[in-house]
Amino acid sequence: MKTIALISASLALAVAAQAKDVELLNVSYDPTREFYVDYNAAFAKYWKAKTGDDVRVKQSHGGSGKQGRAVVDGLQADVVTLALANDVNALYRNGKLVPEDWQKRLPGNSAPYTSTIVFLVRGGNPLKIKDWDDLVKPGVSVITPNPKTSGGAQWNYLAAWEFARRKYGSEEAAKDFVAKLYKNVPVLDSGARGSTTTFVQRGVGDVFLSWENEAFLALKEFGRDKFDIIVPSVSILAEPTVAVVDKVVDKKGTRKVATAYLEYLYSDEGQDLAGKHFYRPSNPKFAAKYASQFVQVELFTIDEKFGGWINAHKIHFADGGTFDQIYLKK
Amino acid sequence: MSLFRRSSRSVLPGFGLTLGFTLLYLSLIVLIPISAAFIRTSGMTWSGFVEAVTAPRVMASYKISFGASFAAAFINAVFGLVVAWVLTRYTFPGKKVVDALVDLPFALPTAVAGIALTAIYSKNGWVGQWFEPHGIKIAYAEPGVFIALVFIGLPFVVRTLQPIIEDLEPELEEASATLGATRWQTLRKVIFPQLVPPLITGFALAFARALGEYGSVVFISGNMPMRTEITPLLIVTKLEQYDYAGATAIASVLLVASFVLLLIINLLQKWSRRYNNV
Repeated sequence: MKTIALISASLALAVAAQAKDVELLNVSYDPTREFYVDYNAAFAKYWKAKTGDDVRVKQSHGGSGKQGRAVVDGLQADVVTLALANDVNALYRNGKLVPEDWQKRLPGNSAPYTSTIVFLVRGGNPLKIKDWDDLVKPGVSVITPNPKTSGGAQWNYLAAWEFARRKYGSEEAAKDFVAKLYKNVPVLDSGARGSTTTFVQRGVGDVFLSWENEAFLALKEFGRDKFDIIVPSVSILAEPTVAVVDKVVDKKGTRKVATAYLEYLYSDEGQDLAGKHFYRPSNPKFAAKYASQFVQVELFTIDEKFGGWINAHKIHFADGGTFDQIYLKK
Repeated sequence: MSLFRRSSRSVLPGFGLTLGFTLLYLSLIVLIPISAAFIRTSGMTWSGFVEAVTAPRVMASYKISFGASFAAAFINAVFGLVVAWVLTRYTFPGKKVVDALVDLPFALPTAVAGIALTAIYSKNGWVGQWFEPHGIKIAYAEPGVFIALVFIGLPFVVRTLQPIIEDLEPELEEASATLGATRWQTLRKVIFPQLVPPLITGFALAFARALGEYGSVVFISGNMPMRTEITPLLIVTKLEQYDYAGATAIASVLLVASFVLLLIINLLQKWSRRYNNV
């Protein structure tokens, strides 16, 4: 079977002598696996039709911070599609793999699709979880990954922080709230997929703070009666960002196809696939098409409430930041 | 007196060559990677280094890492001795299989071990479901760390002890019996002293292995800061935050501490050997 495929492939190659085989590596975060499997197939078809070249995209997934570090340490990623802008910033800070203004190169701050943070609870919502302040009640067990290593967890953390700041009126109160919330967290996995496994397969915890698309995926995989999605009164607009890794594509000579790969995310087909995989498309046409599958919720952005990622990271997640402080306080 | 002295004149030539090879080999395999770790930290100031390695979260991780590793190695020393004894002194059906089972923790990828142990000990697992209702958490708590470390450490003790037990001469035990010793006395005065040095070696190996273990523990520990966050995990976390200096600082502390501990254990072993030159 393999030999036949190989022979016919080499025959095809001989016929279309100018057609090239291109291989790209897309380094992404945890819950994008399924989306990029579909998207890569769609892009390969599009690229083949357009240029005649065969492009194969390999995928790598893991906690967003870990993935960014792998690229810094030399993983030859042509493109990164990470959970948050700060992990791409790290590529600039450590070795100038991307230019400082990388985020301006693609529309919408380089976020072709957005998402948000929702609650996944056990079927029937036995604890009647409705909003963020239900999470700090004694006896409620909350699953979220470690914000030090997981991008999704940083969005969770900031969404909870902003909720409390609004409701209780001060930064101090917000910190207390988040500290109480993390008292209810029994396991800190290093990435979002690990937390999903903990909650879904191991049956640990009452509430799972999840990427919206990951929550829908859990419903799809395990049945709608097993879990419910609860949308809180306010949440954060999560903007997973994408970038071409300049140093790598220049070395490999793949800049053209890598750029096209990311730009195609903004095309009708890319946006449609994003919506199908429960991301919120940035193109209004497709946002409208998929609007009915998402609950409309007030979403704030990190730029307006936390002064951007660089600032948020310094205050909350860097060593000695608020996340470290809440664990040191007994 | 020359510094590199062979213990007694050997009939075999090639001492210089083999010593040179040993030093070169050890340097390539062990010393160079380790020195790279230390060089990474050299960018830090001394106060920055001290701060990085004595932060409360790091101190808490030493406690769980050293504590759980010590406890696990101790348990392995006790039960590993029993296993090794049974496997060498008795014959029973399926002995070969049991003997092979001992090596399994060597061969199994640690992540697989971690996932398997977590599945068994979490609250909907085979074992965990009987404990959780009584308020005893195993997976995602300290006992989970301990169990994972016991699992990976067992073969070190058993495999160190087995050849020694095989070499014990039954005649010594018979002689002891004919001289009127009780079974307990024979065990305590004749057999046990011979087993102490390998037992210490096995303990040291299991301990060192446990201290560096990462793959299996991260799955079962729950990774809670200040409680079940082991030192190797903290190192990885630091790396993932691009804090290379901080990560290597903690790693070097772990290295020095394990080296000193192993040195002490080696000395202890030498000292214990002194009393039983049979």
